Amino acid sequence: MFTKTFKSHFKKINYRSFFSISLTTLAAFTFAVTAQAQVNGPVNYVIPFGPGGESDISARLQQPFFKEKFGQDLVISYKPGGGGAVGWASLNNLKGDGQTIMGVNLPHIIIKPAQKDVGFTTDNITSFYMFHFTPDALVVTADSPYKSLQDLIDAAKKKPGAVTLSGSGKASANHLAQIKFDKMAGIKTTYVPFKGTGAAVTALLGKQVKAEWGYTTVGAKQGKAVRLLAVAMEERHPLFPNVPTFKELGYDMVGGAYRGMALPSSASESTRKAWSKMVGEINNDPAFQKKMLDGGFAMLDIDYGNMDAFMKERVKEYISDARAAGLIK
Amino acid sequence: MDASNFLNALTPFNMMLALFGVVAGTVIGSIPGLTATMAVAVLVPITFSMEPASALILLGAIYTGAIYGGAYAAILLNTPGTPSAIATTFDGYPMAKRGDGDLAVAIACFASVAGGLVGALGLLFLAPPLSKVALAFGPVEYFWLSIFGLSLIASLSQGNLLKGLVGGAFGLILSTVGIAEISADVRLTFGSQTMIAGFEVVGALIGLYCIPVLINLAAVPDRHLKVESEVGSLRILEAAKVTLKSKFNLIRSSVIGTVVGILPGAGGSVAGLVAYSEAKRTARPEQRFGEGEPDGIIATEASNNATVGGGFIPTLVLGIPGTPPDAVILGALLIQGVRTGPTLFEGGGSIVYTFIYGLIIATVLMLPTGLLIGRYAYKTIITIPKAVLVPTVGFMTIIGTFAIRNSISDVIIMICLGVFGWLISRFGFAASPIVLGLILGPIAEQGFVQSWIIGSATDNLWGMFFGRPISLVIVAFTILSLTYPLIVKRRMQNKKSPTDLKAE
Repeated sequence: MFTKTFKSHFKKINYRSFFSISLTTLAAFTFAVTAQAQVNGPVNYVIPFGPGGESDISARLQQPFFKEKFGQDLVISYKPGGGGAVGWASLNNLKGDGQTIMGVNLPHIIIKPAQKDVGFTTDNITSFYMFHFTPDALVVTADSPYKSLQDLIDAAKKKPGAVTLSGSGKASANHLAQIKFDKMAGIKTTYVPFKGTGAAVTALLGKQVKAEWGYTTVGAKQGKAVRLLAVAMEERHPLFPNVPTFKELGYDMVGGAYRGMALPSSASESTRKAWSKMVGEINNDPAFQKKMLDGGFAMLDIDYGNMDAFMKERVKEYISDARAAGLIK
Repeated sequence: MDASNFLNALTPFNMMLALFGVVAGTVIGSIPGLTATMAVAVLVPITFSMEPASALILLGAIYTGAIYGGAYAAILLNTPGTPSAIATTFDGYPMAKRGDGDLAVAIACFASVAGGLVGALGLLFLAPPLSKVALAFGPVEYFWLSIFGLSLIASLSQGNLLKGLVGGAFGLILSTVGIAEISADVRLTFGSQTMIAGFEVVGALIGLYCIPVLINLAAVPDRHLKVESEVGSLRILEAAKVTLKSKFNLIRSSVIGTVVGILPGAGGSVAGLVAYSEAKRTARPEQRFGEGEPDGIIATEASNNATVGGGFIPTLVLGIPGTPPDAVILGALLIQGVRTGPTLFEGGGSIVYTFIYGLIIATVLMLPTGLLIGRYAYKTIITIPKAVLVPTVGFMTIIGTFAIRNSISDVIIMICLGVFGWLISRFGFAASPIVLGLILGPIAEQGFVQSWIIGSATDNLWGMFFGRPISLVIVAFTILSLTYPLIVKRRMQNKKSPTDLKAE
């Protein structure tokens, strides 16, 4: 038996790939250090957050498809700080030769500069594609007494403020969803901001809070440990055919956190268009779509040509929501 | 968890990955600024083409190697190579200064391997039940845990408590600069765009610890480290003896590391500090922590390597990363199509168990490779002339700080903090209280704010902070750690008086 396993595994060793692994490693390290001097070859894909979040994971899902379709490595690096502001404030100082791109998130790039001077404005971020969004979802633990959205609403009506909800960050997609839904349902809940979705989910699973304002991705990741009460989509998510949308239940809530990619503003029009086309190609690959949907994401195809109109609409929506919530003046 | 999983881990390919991972990790971790998280993140793409178990073995090996590698710079240059090795500097550098650097490096290796094994065994046998610990820790517990960590300032600055507290408070203030992580407020930036990013912890570590050493090196004519004897081996036998003698400390620190590793909000640096604090509290009277006590290195290095196995517990069982490198690995698993959760251990357990055995093998491999690389690192540091050492290390600090988030302002902040650290050290202020404040400040702040919000919403503020069993235990330990030096002092005085009489 041992020889069999031994043999079968021996076959799998690919010395050439191992050698190239070491080379890539070396290259990647030199690259990480001298990112700005890079002119050709691998593309530096900066995520303005730490690893492990939705931004990182969706970028990681793009990685192999990019390599397969365009033959170049998409090297992901992180530039966390200030809820993304550190990365975006530095975006336009990067080279616009198309070798460096950065992840962008909504509502972050709209709300943050509206609140305070954070080193960038919504208009000077050159987004060229929005490739997916994570729909808002109300999540509870599997053994929660809230079996349906109505249960949660009833509990909140009975004791205003006593229903605690965790979420990622303040003035974030989760926070806006909480404020918006409270208003729609005429209830008062307490929002507890955590550092990232991971920490917000941990608080939910540990029963530190009663429910969580999260995304459909939480349901995909946690499986049977959690129950989604409703999702903020036009139609039900294919991964959760039994979870109603807010719309079905009578609340006009559709949205979540949108994610895309941007180039430094010095990038030429042709570079922007070329990038938009490349990302669109990945987005159209059924294998990529399946991976994204399995992860709980929802696909979105806003290319460079449609970006201005899309952003205009989102800015209007988020700013009025945030203003109504008192998050901005 | 049967034999075939073990044999799977033993295939030449997997063994090769484990060896490569440990070596690469150790080298990367030894360079200040290149952290375990970065090492793992950079290597993730090359694991796409591998089987999930092999990919995990490679990433786990790099991770564990990097955590150990952080000890070299901590011991030989007084600069933690990774944040996990902060407490290693407390006793490691004094040991190196007096000529015991070789011994310190070897002890660190033994302790790291032992800690790594305890963590991995915890993962192998107790993962599902231990994962509950991650959930039992809520905001209040994190708040009290960070207060416990801050209490270490008191014992770190014995005889100089006021200066220690001033340093700690300064660190806490530094930690609030920039955009607040959970409230999104912009604080203490004085209108400067640079300050929005705040003080990056690794960069601050490099500045506060390494730059003063470099300045002193350039300012005084002495050799960097004292060398007692001919440089030969690493004094391995002696190190093994010292480590074995402290088996109780070794095991306690490993267990602390495993448990802290499970907590998603803490990590290697907190584990090292807690273990160090406990080792110091329970020290024998003749032990002098902070002046080159081997037990200090044992505590830190055993606990920080135990966080590797511990951190994998919530990562694999709950899908919640225990430490930042785990977050990267979790992402890699998702892309491989591996769904984490309790079922991973039951149904499709083979991947997990092959990986755990691989991690154990990698940890064992760390013993020979670690001693070998350690010997080389030690030899290099003590033999190269100062005129080469100072600029080389200086260059590394800049590269390392820049690489964290490709930011030149981080480098400027690092150098300013370094010069500042050197200046205040002339007045008896140490770097460690500042660093403790900087690292633990945000954990304390978030925990406090969240507890306050939840406590107010449920009309149970008092019960929130003082009514939960785990937090009460941590509070008790904090009080113990704060008052213990006083108790010992009193006991010593009581003991001393009769003997003094006898002597006369």
